[in-house]
Amino acid sequence: MRAISKGERMVNRWGVVVTAFLCCAIANAQNPLAGDAKAAKAGEYEFRINCALCHGLGARGGGRGPDLTRAQKRHAHSDADMFQIVSNGIAGTAMPANGTNGQGVGMTDEEIWQIITYIRSREVKASAAATGNADHGKQLFFGDGNCSLCHMVEGKGGRLGPDLTAVGGSRTHESIVESVRDPSRRLAWGLTEATKEFPQEYESVTVVTAEGKQVKGVILNEDSFSLQIMDMNEKIYPLEKDKLRSFQKGRESAMPKYDADVLSDKEVEDIVAFLVSVGAR
Amino acid sequence: MGLIEKSGRPWKSGPFRAASRMVQTMAFRLCRPQGLKPGQARTPRRGAEAPLFHGPLFHGVAGVWKIVICGMLACGAVAFSHAQVTFERLVSSAKEPQNWMTYSGDYAGRRFSGLDQINITNARNLAAKWVYQTAATGKLETTPLVVDGILYATAQDNRAFALDARTGRPIWMYQRQVPADIRPCCGHVNRGLAILGDKVFMGTLDAHVIALDAKTGAVVWDATAADYRTGYSFTVAPLVVKNLVIIGVSGGEYGVRGFIDAYDADSGQRKWRFYTVPGPGEPGHDTWEGDSWKVGGAPAWNTGTYDPVTNQIFWPTGNPAPSNRGEGRAGDNLYSNSLLALNADTGQLKWYFQFTRHDEHDWDATQVPVMIDGGGKHWIAQANRNGFFYVLDRSTGKLISATAYGKQTWSDAKDAEGRPLANKTASPTLEGHTICPGALGTTNFMAPAYDPQTKLVYVSVRDQCDIFSTAPQPYEAGHAYYGSAYFPSEEAEPYLGFLKAIDPATGEVKMKFQHTSPTWSGVLSTAGGLVFSGDAEGNFIAFDAATLKPLWHFQMGGAVYAAPMAFAVDGKEYVAIAAGSAVYAFGLP
Repeated sequence: MRAISKGERMVNRWGVVVTAFLCCAIANAQNPLAGDAKAAKAGEYEFRINCALCHGLGARGGGRGPDLTRAQKRHAHSDADMFQIVSNGIAGTAMPANGTNGQGVGMTDEEIWQIITYIRSREVKASAAATGNADHGKQLFFGDGNCSLCHMVEGKGGRLGPDLTAVGGSRTHESIVESVRDPSRRLAWGLTEATKEFPQEYESVTVVTAEGKQVKGVILNEDSFSLQIMDMNEKIYPLEKDKLRSFQKGRESAMPKYDADVLSDKEVEDIVAFLVSVGAR
Repeated sequence: MGLIEKSGRPWKSGPFRAASRMVQTMAFRLCRPQGLKPGQARTPRRGAEAPLFHGPLFHGVAGVWKIVICGMLACGAVAFSHAQVTFERLVSSAKEPQNWMTYSGDYAGRRFSGLDQINITNARNLAAKWVYQTAATGKLETTPLVVDGILYATAQDNRAFALDARTGRPIWMYQRQVPADIRPCCGHVNRGLAILGDKVFMGTLDAHVIALDAKTGAVVWDATAADYRTGYSFTVAPLVVKNLVIIGVSGGEYGVRGFIDAYDADSGQRKWRFYTVPGPGEPGHDTWEGDSWKVGGAPAWNTGTYDPVTNQIFWPTGNPAPSNRGEGRAGDNLYSNSLLALNADTGQLKWYFQFTRHDEHDWDATQVPVMIDGGGKHWIAQANRNGFFYVLDRSTGKLISATAYGKQTWSDAKDAEGRPLANKTASPTLEGHTICPGALGTTNFMAPAYDPQTKLVYVSVRDQCDIFSTAPQPYEAGHAYYGSAYFPSEEAEPYLGFLKAIDPATGEVKMKFQHTSPTWSGVLSTAGGLVFSGDAEGNFIAFDAATLKPLWHFQMGGAVYAAPMAFAVDGKEYVAIAAGSAVYAFGLP
């Protein structure tokens, strides 16, 4: 339970209606609805409509959006931070400014505060995920686990797979485990085109070029006429489709399945703990 | 000099303007056809490449000297010629294929150009001729109009502009202030203008209808249709019929009460309004539970078509509100998700056809309806957002056929009339479950095309399913009123996007081209045997209309949310489309 701030106590004392002090609340960076159960309920539905597409039902995280039930958030600490982020988005990420994703109508200030109140009501104090040994996880990641052959964390590692620096702060524990155990199950997590950078991310591909050279790798981008792929040696090939001898792509990830023979449950937990520790920074 | 609430040519000095006016005036006085006064409409008597100063118009007193001077002045005058578009010209638009004078290119909604200079033999040589940057952000959904060498279009945030259609150079720009507290659904978009006489007409995001001087962009009149604070807005390109500017309102996401309005083109006075949700005592009112009709939605946010023979407009309507939750509005919810046949002079309803009754999926029926005639048949066809392609008898509104043209799971039976019936799994639930098509529909606002040569309808299609989950919301004026949420299924296949060719005689999909991902682009067909469309990856593509094989493409660097059109100036054909934040024109070298 958050401590009631001075501003909120004043508001409660004066009994001013919510709408009347919303502008003051924004200026003073206070959530006028903090702790209001009714507002949290309204916020739950607003969240479903406006946020769940990326952040998942129950704010537990989705394809692109972080798990918001974690008390510690990468970009926002105070309610005021969250208000700013919902209003203005986060540059360089898929988080759009309020009302700019082109599909919804956007939220009023009051609705944003309701959503923040809802998110606060969903928060759990400590991350249940961080049960593993992060130091051992780091050793595995850069060593015997071979993760860093394809994945980068904080500037070190390979480029074939996604950079995992932020993944510990953005995906749920379950989704990271699933991505290790069964990487092909959800390649791009069923995202709409509005929220993903490229629709073909991490699809695997095999082409034979006009010169007869076979290239295997992952698709960096694609349209109806061209293809940009990275092969297993991280070489980038810009290709024109009509000049290829053959072109086969699959929803199978280029990443091998790490089953229990390769990495034990404990080892996976350690790797997740490492990623969460990095993602929380 | 700010652009807000301003129009004009800040880059042009006074003397330049005065000189250009003098040239125009001289040209007009010397060269105007007999019996016409300045400002009076000219009767169209033009071929595809008719010059502005047509031979037969100069009979009588014209001496050789006059013809010579006319010739000298014509060049300058063409560049600044001012449209005098009459209703007769709009009715006979096929006679002047160099011009594109309505949203869909003709009253039938065909988006077909009679130009054939660009055709299947030379399309591979197409090249960009000019690009006009709107300097705005967000989606650009406009279809430009072109009349006598001048291109008129709209852009985001209540912008409109006129360009030299040969060069893309601006003639005027206009922007109306967008209120700070406005939150129109789905972006600050606009789909285009209508034109009549020397005025262009525009609906604004803050629910005004305005007339701009086609020569200067100055506001001629400004009519308030509704209060934007309660969720009303305009994004649609109006349709001019006779002396009326007909326009449908947006706001189905806010619980508005939808309407279609007609304004006098000269004065801006409202001549009629048809509420798409009937009030107490009106037929259809009993299809709403309690007071739900007051916030029943049924907006009319895409441009309808017009049949001059019967003087009827055919206007499609959108979802009932709340869009994804039927609780509280038991009944069919007329006239949501319907096609309305209205008397153009009075707005009186002749017939209606409801595509999706008591909709809970946001399946607006606002797709452009296409009039198809032949063999004594008078049809109107619509590729509907709910996944079915409908053909109706235009005289009666009676259903002729309804055929699925994309992935759908909501209907597996039809009633006695042949209308698809919803099955038991079609309604959203609190926990959510998967229904196809998804909320964005099998198609959406992307304009279709009908090619009278191949007799096929070409339409952009999405195969996508969503998990629909209810999320009760109370109605509050000006607030979102969906009553539901939808998500892509995590387990779902990637979304697929197609350009499909449908035979309206059978409903059969004859051909398809698969895009890399679903597109929001409309489609154009031309007499050159071509179909044009764009994709989400930024390509503009010319297809062979007979095979849907791509013949040419150009990477525009921004996703397409607009529909293409074609025009000609000085006997040279162009194809234009908006992508990203720019308008592109292509032509042969």
